[in-house]
Amino acid sequence: MDVWQLAWDSLGPLLRGAALGTIPLTLASFALGMVLALLIALARMSPLPALHLPARFLISVIRGTPLLVQLFVVFFGLPSLGIKLEPWPSAIFALSLNVGGYAAETIRAAILSVPAGQWEAGYTIGMSRALTLRRIILPQAARVSVPPLSNTFIGLVKDTSLASLILVNELFREAQRIAAFSLQFMVIYIEAAAVYWVICLALSFAQGRLESRLDRYVAHA
Amino acid sequence: MSRMPEPTASASAPRETVLSAQGIRTSFGELTVLHGVDLEVHRGCVTVLIGPSGSGKTTLLRALNGLTPPQQGVIGLSGEEPIDFGAALTRRAREAQRAVLRDASGMVFQHYNLFPNKTVLQNVVEGPVVVQKRPRADAEAEARQLLARVGIEAKEDAYPFELSGGQQQRVGIVRALALRPRLLLFDEPTSSLDPEIVGDVLAIMKELADEGWTMVVVTHELAFAREVADEVLFLDHGVVVERGSPAELFTAPREPRTRAFLERLLRPGGTPPAPPPP
Repeated sequence: MDVWQLAWDSLGPLLRGAALGTIPLTLASFALGMVLALLIALARMSPLPALHLPARFLISVIRGTPLLVQLFVVFFGLPSLGIKLEPWPSAIFALSLNVGGYAAETIRAAILSVPAGQWEAGYTIGMSRALTLRRIILPQAARVSVPPLSNTFIGLVKDTSLASLILVNELFREAQRIAAFSLQFMVIYIEAAAVYWVICLALSFAQGRLESRLDRYVAHA
Repeated sequence: MSRMPEPTASASAPRETVLSAQGIRTSFGELTVLHGVDLEVHRGCVTVLIGPSGSGKTTLLRALNGLTPPQQGVIGLSGEEPIDFGAALTRRAREAQRAVLRDASGMVFQHYNLFPNKTVLQNVVEGPVVVQKRPRADAEAEARQLLARVGIEAKEDAYPFELSGGQQQRVGIVRALALRPRLLLFDEPTSSLDPEIVGDVLAIMKELADEGWTMVVVTHELAFAREVADEVLFLDHGVVVERGSPAELFTAPREPRTRAFLERLLRPGGTPPAPPPP
């Protein structure tokens, strides 16, 4: 009986952790991560070695090392170089870089999936490369990249729980705090899992809506 | 019939050169596709490029608007500094050269290449509004006139996937016209169309020619070339084998390769070319 009471009483703090920690951390990291991803993807596709070599290196390092290690390098490691970041900026920095590295490859693939004829059509109506990319190619690449980027987004929601280890007050850190004094680990952690799940369900729903909106110009069999 | 933007010239005007290409040489890696081709395009004239596939005719057309920049050769547009493709230049300077060429012409593609995420009207006004900075209302009014002219004004809010091939190609033509280019380039505009639609699209092209548009057309439609062209170039293996008026080229080809090509194309039911001179 007191287990249910505990579950009910801890719902408020957990939801607050989600609303003030997990969700803003996800949104900020994703937004920054997308900007980084586009820049890394464009650099990666450049014919200039000075651009594509660093981009390849960055992608390789980000994908080849654990996110937890990246968080620790930023939060515990950088201070030894004189760069001291608070928990929140550290978490946003590491998470957005991580998302940027992964999503860069998604965006690159999406850009490459747009037929060459679309670039040519852009040129022949007088557009430069940059304008064709922005007006013609990226809107079409966006449609293709919604499902894989939604995966990245949903993955990021869960990855923010790692930020609890660099002292960011978010959903999972809140759960750990409650579990530590109540000693009801099963109840609290299942409850925390349920909150993550609900957030991700909402995102999946939004993904479906976005996909059907962007699919309006595609023939359906 | 509604007004066209700037019909280019009257038939009686002296032959003013719009574009002249000299020594166009293009290779893809080891393979040389054009071996130094010359071409003069005159205002209000229709130049038709014919030849077997792999002859380089499409590559030549794509050199004229910078889509496939040649390795060597000079392209001059009237009123502009001639562009020397053989010169060593920075990327930025190359890009500027391509900009000059692409601004001069509009292009109609074999596979239409309409923007699938834009409606018909948006496809047509994209260039005029976004590139040429014309007022949207003016561009849309002109686009509607042009669409009406080719008989698809009812489709302005449709997306390309909702249109037949013939309708898509008409949008492709209107999209090129809406730019008010000095030069219209057509790359096998009827080759992906159903046979019964081909005639409609060719009829539109003939009207444009009659109005005085300057056109360069790559096509396999010899009847169209014969009727509409002012000059026909026959290309084979990257060289211009023969050039002349349609009357000369189709009825009295001088070169054996031209004769062989025409015979192959015209044999099934078409009018055979004149017998070889003795």
